[in-house]
Amino acid sequence: MARTRFGIDRGLTVRMVGTMFGLGLLYVILAAVLLALGVGAIFILIIIGGLFFAQWWFSDSLAMGAMRAHIVTPEQAPQLHALVDRLCAMADMDKPRLAIADTDVPNAFATGRTSKRSVVVVTTGLLRRLDRDELEGVIAHELSHVAHRDVLVMTIASFTAILAGFLVRSAMWGSMMRDRRDQNTAIVFIVVMLVSVVVYAISFILIRALSRYRELGADRGAAYVTGRPSALARALQKVSGEMAAIPTQDLRRMEPVAAFAFAPAFSKGRGGLGLESIMATHPSLEKRLEQLAKISAELGER
Amino acid sequence: MGFLDGLLGRRKPVRPNLDALFAVPSAAITLQAALDVVPTGQGAVAFRSVEGRAMADVEAEIVDLLDADGGPPVQAVADDFGYTWLVVREPEPDVSSVVTDLHAVNSTLVDHGFGPQLLCSLIPFTDPAGDALALVYLYKRGSFYPFAPRAGETRDNVAELKVRDLLAGELPLEPDLTRWFPVWGAPTLT
Repeated sequence: MARTRFGIDRGLTVRMVGTMFGLGLLYVILAAVLLALGVGAIFILIIIGGLFFAQWWFSDSLAMGAMRAHIVTPEQAPQLHALVDRLCAMADMDKPRLAIADTDVPNAFATGRTSKRSVVVVTTGLLRRLDRDELEGVIAHELSHVAHRDVLVMTIASFTAILAGFLVRSAMWGSMMRDRRDQNTAIVFIVVMLVSVVVYAISFILIRALSRYRELGADRGAAYVTGRPSALARALQKVSGEMAAIPTQDLRRMEPVAAFAFAPAFSKGRGGLGLESIMATHPSLEKRLEQLAKISAELGER
Repeated sequence: MGFLDGLLGRRKPVRPNLDALFAVPSAAITLQAALDVVPTGQGAVAFRSVEGRAMADVEAEIVDLLDADGGPPVQAVADDFGYTWLVVREPEPDVSSVVTDLHAVNSTLVDHGFGPQLLCSLIPFTDPAGDALALVYLYKRGSFYPFAPRAGETRDNVAELKVRDLLAGELPLEPDLTRWFPVWGAPTLT
């Protein structure tokens, strides 16, 4: 059996399983709360579930609309298509559609419900700034998101947070509207509210952690498919370095799609170990570069 | 890629399928009999070179190995997309020995752990009018597709589909037409 150079980061897998387990636990807690609330809550569940399903189902058109991106055919962007053709042949995956967003902010993101229905969007700013190998690294990163079904995973993961937030509000309204003499109902509503607040806070932190782990996973996948982790590292440095210089106001539009973007649009400064690194959707540049350097060393070993 | 690997965000590189290449010689006979298409005696393997010393050593080893048999030298060509093509040329237009050479390239890469870096193989033919027709082998799919490039980055889809129908029983042909990506300007085709 030939040796393999393409290892698995067990630590990352363990952290990801841990986070997903935590999110799963929150689902169970919320389900228990909903059962306590009875029929009305099931109705809420169906409505929000439907909304989330729609958000996932229409994720491609929603995100593309927000970015004003347009699909490009192989005739319009032959080089870009040829690059993606080869990456897909290397990874044996369905080729997603390609779109270009006409903005100078260098970024890329992938969205869509299945790999065939997915769209990889790059901005003209990215195309202008990166050379071929760097661009390939970025696109391979986005294709890894597609292969990992990150849109689906993150949509499911963020469901608890939204549901809990909704429950807090409905419990508040509920306790105000009900008859105050009924002690039991008041207590039930307070408990529901407290549980929902806690669930919301924990799920928020877990979702952000999961998002960071999945970014690291996508970086790793991209490094393996292209065989050039240092090209991706260069691209990251270019994009993150330049983006810090652009005023944040111009980027407000980009916030909704940040979770699937290559680099977050609203990164302010270098976060240490404080609140900012717990809340970030993307790992710090240092952490991403460190992982890529490690992969580069592994690939070069004789 | 398995469901679990996707869920855990750890995409594994896909291993190549090497053996289907040995079906090419009989397909070449069919092509010659039916369409009078003849092999050019060349062949090429495209792979993604990996940064670092290890890959450079393996490339040198492959070139040495294939040059050792006294045949024409193996040529390494870098293309516009960052892939390396190793081109083998047999003095006789004999597909069997081309396939043997290609297999030597593949197995050396696989032995050193670079199997996932293989992109495709190309076996070029010429039709009576002098136009090129190539069989492209996708390592990750284990399937072939025909590629008939014409001037100005166009391709002759009619010829390609005709070849597909002709070889349907002999080679594992790629059923998904969207994966028949063009390799314009690949070595041995220009």
